[in-house]
Amino acid sequence: MADKKPTKGSKQKGAPVSAGAGSRSLSSHLPPVVEPGYTMATVADKISEVVLTQNTPRGWYIGLAFSFALTMLLLVSITWLLVRGVGIWGINVPVAWAFAIINFVWWIGIGHAGTLISAILLLLRQDWRTSINRFAEAMTLFAVACAGLYPLLHMGRPWLAYWLFPYPNTMGMWPQFRSPLVWDVFAVTTYLLVSLMFWYIGLIPDLATLRDRSPSRTGRIVYGLLAMGWRGSARHWHRYEMTYLLLAGLSTPLVVSVHTIVSFDFAVAQVPGWHATVFPPYFVAGAVYAGFAMVVILAIPLRRFYGLQDFVTMRHLDHMARIMLATGLFVAYGYMIETFMAWYSGSVYESSLMNNRFTGPYAILYWSLLLFNVLIPQGLWFARVRSSTTALFMIAISVSIGMWLERFIIVVVSLHRDFLPSSWGMYYPTFWDWSMYLGSIGLFFSLLFLFLRFLPMISIFEMRTLLPESEVKEDLG
Amino acid sequence: MPNDDNIDIAALRRKLTGHSGPAYWRSLDELADTEQFQSFVRSEFPAKAEQLLDPVGRRHFLKLMGASLALAGASACTRQPEEKIFPYTESPEHIVPGKPLHFATAMPLAGVASGLLVESHMGRPTKVEGNREHPASLGATDVFAQASILGLYDPDRSQTIRNAGNIRPWPAFASVVAAAMGVQRERRGAGLRVVTGTVTSPTLVGQMEALLSDLPEAQWIQYEAVARDAVRAASRFAFGRDLETRYRLDRADTILALDSDFLTSGRGSLRYARDFARRRRQGENRLYAVEPSPSNTGASADHRLPLSATLVEELALAIAAQLGLAVRAAIGVEDHRTWIAAVARDLQSKGKRSLVVVGEWQSVTTQILVHAMNAHLGTVGHTVEYSEPVEANGPSGLVALRELSEAMEAGEVETLVVAGANPVYDAPLDLRFAERMQRVGLRIHLGLYDDESAEQCHWHVPEAHFLESWSDVRAYDGTVSIIQPMLAPLYGGKTVHELVAVLAGAKKATSYDIVRSHWRDRLADPFEASWRKAVHDGVVADTALPTVQPNWMAPPGTQLPIRVTPTGRDDWQVVFRPDPSVYDGRFANNGWLQELPRPVTRLTWDNAAWISPASAERLGVGNGDVIEIADGDRQVKAPAWIVPGQAGDTITLHLGNGRRRAGYVASGAGFDVGPLRLSTQPWTIEAAAVRKTDATYPLACTQDHFSMEGRDLVRVETVGAEADSHGAAHHSATQHEDLSMYPPVPYEGYAWGMSIDLSSCTGCNACVVSCQSENNIPVVGKDQVAIGREMHWIRIDRYFGGDLDAPEIFQQPVPCMHCEQAPCEVVCPVNATVHSDEGLNDMVYNRCVGTRYCSNNCPYKVRRFNFFLYTEPRADIVKMAANPDVTVRSRGVMEKCTYCVQRISQTRITAKKEGRAIRDGEVVTACQAVCPTEAIVFGDINDPNSNVSRQKASPRNYALLAELGTKPRTTYLSGIRNPNPELEAAEKHA
Repeated sequence: MADKKPTKGSKQKGAPVSAGAGSRSLSSHLPPVVEPGYTMATVADKISEVVLTQNTPRGWYIGLAFSFALTMLLLVSITWLLVRGVGIWGINVPVAWAFAIINFVWWIGIGHAGTLISAILLLLRQDWRTSINRFAEAMTLFAVACAGLYPLLHMGRPWLAYWLFPYPNTMGMWPQFRSPLVWDVFAVTTYLLVSLMFWYIGLIPDLATLRDRSPSRTGRIVYGLLAMGWRGSARHWHRYEMTYLLLAGLSTPLVVSVHTIVSFDFAVAQVPGWHATVFPPYFVAGAVYAGFAMVVILAIPLRRFYGLQDFVTMRHLDHMARIMLATGLFVAYGYMIETFMAWYSGSVYESSLMNNRFTGPYAILYWSLLLFNVLIPQGLWFARVRSSTTALFMIAISVSIGMWLERFIIVVVSLHRDFLPSSWGMYYPTFWDWSMYLGSIGLFFSLLFLFLRFLPMISIFEMRTLLPESEVKEDLG
Repeated sequence: MPNDDNIDIAALRRKLTGHSGPAYWRSLDELADTEQFQSFVRSEFPAKAEQLLDPVGRRHFLKLMGASLALAGASACTRQPEEKIFPYTESPEHIVPGKPLHFATAMPLAGVASGLLVESHMGRPTKVEGNREHPASLGATDVFAQASILGLYDPDRSQTIRNAGNIRPWPAFASVVAAAMGVQRERRGAGLRVVTGTVTSPTLVGQMEALLSDLPEAQWIQYEAVARDAVRAASRFAFGRDLETRYRLDRADTILALDSDFLTSGRGSLRYARDFARRRRQGENRLYAVEPSPSNTGASADHRLPLSATLVEELALAIAAQLGLAVRAAIGVEDHRTWIAAVARDLQSKGKRSLVVVGEWQSVTTQILVHAMNAHLGTVGHTVEYSEPVEANGPSGLVALRELSEAMEAGEVETLVVAGANPVYDAPLDLRFAERMQRVGLRIHLGLYDDESAEQCHWHVPEAHFLESWSDVRAYDGTVSIIQPMLAPLYGGKTVHELVAVLAGAKKATSYDIVRSHWRDRLADPFEASWRKAVHDGVVADTALPTVQPNWMAPPGTQLPIRVTPTGRDDWQVVFRPDPSVYDGRFANNGWLQELPRPVTRLTWDNAAWISPASAERLGVGNGDVIEIADGDRQVKAPAWIVPGQAGDTITLHLGNGRRRAGYVASGAGFDVGPLRLSTQPWTIEAAAVRKTDATYPLACTQDHFSMEGRDLVRVETVGAEADSHGAAHHSATQHEDLSMYPPVPYEGYAWGMSIDLSSCTGCNACVVSCQSENNIPVVGKDQVAIGREMHWIRIDRYFGGDLDAPEIFQQPVPCMHCEQAPCEVVCPVNATVHSDEGLNDMVYNRCVGTRYCSNNCPYKVRRFNFFLYTEPRADIVKMAANPDVTVRSRGVMEKCTYCVQRISQTRITAKKEGRAIRDGEVVTACQAVCPTEAIVFGDINDPNSNVSRQKASPRNYALLAELGTKPRTTYLSGIRNPNPELEAAEKHA
């Protein structure tokens, strides 16, 4: 049934293919999106093999075991947190927010690349996105799941988190709608739900493929249920395409809105270093920046480990590197403007904040931020760097660290010295700060490993549309 | 249950006598195990009836019943006499459940009273206020009085009479004493010594006099670790007898304070601070301070000169010479010639309206010089008054204690009674008190704690806290207060009166009877009415000691005791001071005081060796680096703390820390500096050696940063000068205040506001502890303070300005500003912090989910978060200290200053019942009530005639961070400095 798809796809896909072909011919120096020599069947074989094989690679077990151990650390940390209270972290007055919020923003930012790839690039008909959108979307989901833990757990009384939702209650109380935290609740839950739907709907045709190809009865039942009766009929394809497009349209504003609202958590407050109009675009750019870095970090080992170099080609990596370079420059502009405004505002609080960033007790982190986030990524200007997986991987790691440091600078360094020098303080992370952070990374990778093993990490049916074969089909039809 | 008449009472008694441990029964029927009771149980608890018959199950059942009865008892917080638990058939006068009553009493500290009014909820004292009628209080209290509530409920207080570690009953103790006293009586008391702190109590003096007339060879020694030996010696030198010196700050125009912290410590300081501040606000007085380490008085001074303790004496000599007294030439103060001349001229020009004040830790020479200077300036009878001493006559001070220790060494002491003192801890090292004590046959200790001295005594008797006692005490001017108990002794403590009565051989004397019988002949007739009035008012009328005109024994001048000149400039000087929070160690187990940031350093939980920035630089030490201070072979190790304004090469050490046996709270807090202290040099070591060690010690400080960073936070105006640049900034800020996108919110009815006068604030911390007591603010411990989690709702911010070695010191109390445009309110996602229609920024604890966003957005950082469950007390009894009108906050919620909303509500209810509006000054916040200098004013800013409105109309009024547009309801009046123009010019020139 899934085999029927090309006919369907061809109609819808005439444009992408020609665009793809066009771009291929125009920029012939670029490597192809799919290496030559694949047919419809071999694409499906190659991708579904990872899921349907009986021989789970040993590396997968090792990776999952390690990630799962970290997840257990997360559970221990959460338990201790609930038993004792947020005092187990290093937060205090004035630094009442620290790792929890830093990590929240960091994870949410990482998620953005997935949505950007799946939604905006779809609408822009960037067919190269096909190879990476599935696991980028999965990455989004898992990152949002990790992010979602923090705002919940950072509360003094997390068991009352539902008070942030507007629900009819006997107290006759609504949330306080002027608070950016309430906006956050809406933004993040919307984001999570839309991302989940988008990802799942995109999976349905491939789940049907897995159902059809699964050698085990359990597999057939489970994938069958998840495929929701997909038969690949024209009607199915029609509705599918429509839904997918609509969801893409729905997700697109979210790429911009979610991190804008996250930035409002800071920009709406009047803390020097937070209260800045540049924050929304600066945060969105930073999110995309961090997100693509994470996709690169995941894609490079994955394509090697599973031998998917033919599907995730150097062209993909090159595109992503260029996006990183562009968004990285946005972010650098943000740093520049912050510094400029600190001087231009003439406010003693703003200028002493900047001074504190440059020379204060956390200055080493600010300079590291500039190194990791601005200086090192400038290597991406060079084609030789973009074509080296090692260099790309290192730069992506650098960006991930840099973006985490950026949030540390924004959250902690702004708070620790604000208006009254009498209340200035310092923040030092405790063991439990780190364990929550490492634990969430463990959770992210555990989910990712499970995803790799049980679901196709690259969209099979969409990959097929990229084959030269699919153009031939049209001729035959 | 039907009552049966045929219960055999005698049988019941027999039944009960056979038991040990607590016996619970619900009724006599149960006890008697009657048929009726059996059937009652069967009908009420059918399932348990079987168990009642079964001996094993029955025991279990009774256990459960007993436990539930016990728990029912625990849920009530009121301590009442055990034999009187039945409901009132006729309600006693004034008791309305839920309404507190206030009783007058007084707190003795080092023997001297501050008058108090204690708030009592159903027999449970919860809050201390000052007594307006009392001359030493006028409504104010110090930190020690505020914290006494927590001390009362301290679970570590001694609870049992002990003999060599074993619990013994009172009669056993009494019989031992009787036997020992029998022996002493035969020897006319030759082997009896009684050691107490300073005593001003007329009753105790009477008792002791009676005892000593019975036993003329016995001796009564009074001493304090905060020794006044120099004061006494100077008085004897100058006047040939002990005289009390009192100051009249309300009459003084120019004051020179020589190493004196008269505004916040020592006898009469509350009154002095009040009188000083009243004139300071008008810009009518000028204060010069010379001191080795910065004090609150130095911080309030117009001109402060840091000088080592010995140079203070030289400076006194120099000024005395300038004034025209014949004294020897001063050495080592040549650099300050201009200063000395200007100050002397200023003093001279004011004549009898000038005043020279000296700290009790200054040398005898300085003390005598000050008497002489005051006499020479003609201030005696105007700004200085002399009276008979308030304390009892007799051997006193460290000199007397030394004689006692020598007598012990010689084996002359057979019975030693230590009452309310702790010489094993606080007697100077050279007395070797603990060691010599071992030669005494019978050692008896009466004290609040089973402390270091109790450990060395055969017998220890728990002392009743002053809030549990009947007694009396004199204030700094001699005014007597009757101390009345607020509740029966929690731990069966005895008063010193009862102990002395036992020594005197009296049977069954209660302190109530002792105090009353003392006053029976001394109060005006009719006795009952006078007694009632004295107890009610908290002062015994007309008991202030009259002033006397002193006669000079010797012409002041050349015959002064000459101090040994310091050996060289390379030597360090060490000065000792009582700790501003734990005093001489007696308050070491008080969490409120331990966690109270000390003035100037803002250190909590520890003392540190204060060192000047220049000396620290030279020695290469930073904050927390442990230094070793040695005098000969005696040494002390303590962490250094760099204090701007400290005199060079002077180390300041605070007494009262490093207690070895003071209780849970005190353990591990601070360093005992006792090993350096000798009875011959109790306050100053002139030549010490200091060296750096490799160790460091973590100190918990609430304010690390001491510069205002050029921000307009504390404003100071100069008397006579036009508004300076600060003033200009003020005006532009005022214009910004009205810029808003939103229409102004109208406040009809009351609009509460506060004004804090920085010209009056001395930084004494009383408001901080008062707030803690009123609002059930938890103590969080050193480790939490160290990471910035202290909970105080009002804090004193301290900044230094100018020269690092001789800085200006600014202190600024910061409570919640109750902003009209509160940044905290807009960011709370759940409406947990909201504005009331009277303009209060309310915190709704049970709505708070703990996002802490409000704290981040508060520019004043006055919000406090319960990171853990801080309110779980170590023992249930501590709960009794809580104010029942204020919610106890749980983990995970934000809290902050409420403007004492519970007091506003109470007043509103009262006013409504009387059908009138709240009067100005009727609502008094806890911080305002205790402030010695009336720096805090609270009231309705809608009423243009209210005190607070008038203050806010002053040109000195300004809002902190007004440029943020928060429109704070709490505003400040700028500080006032009244510098000497002559010195100003000289400083500018330099």
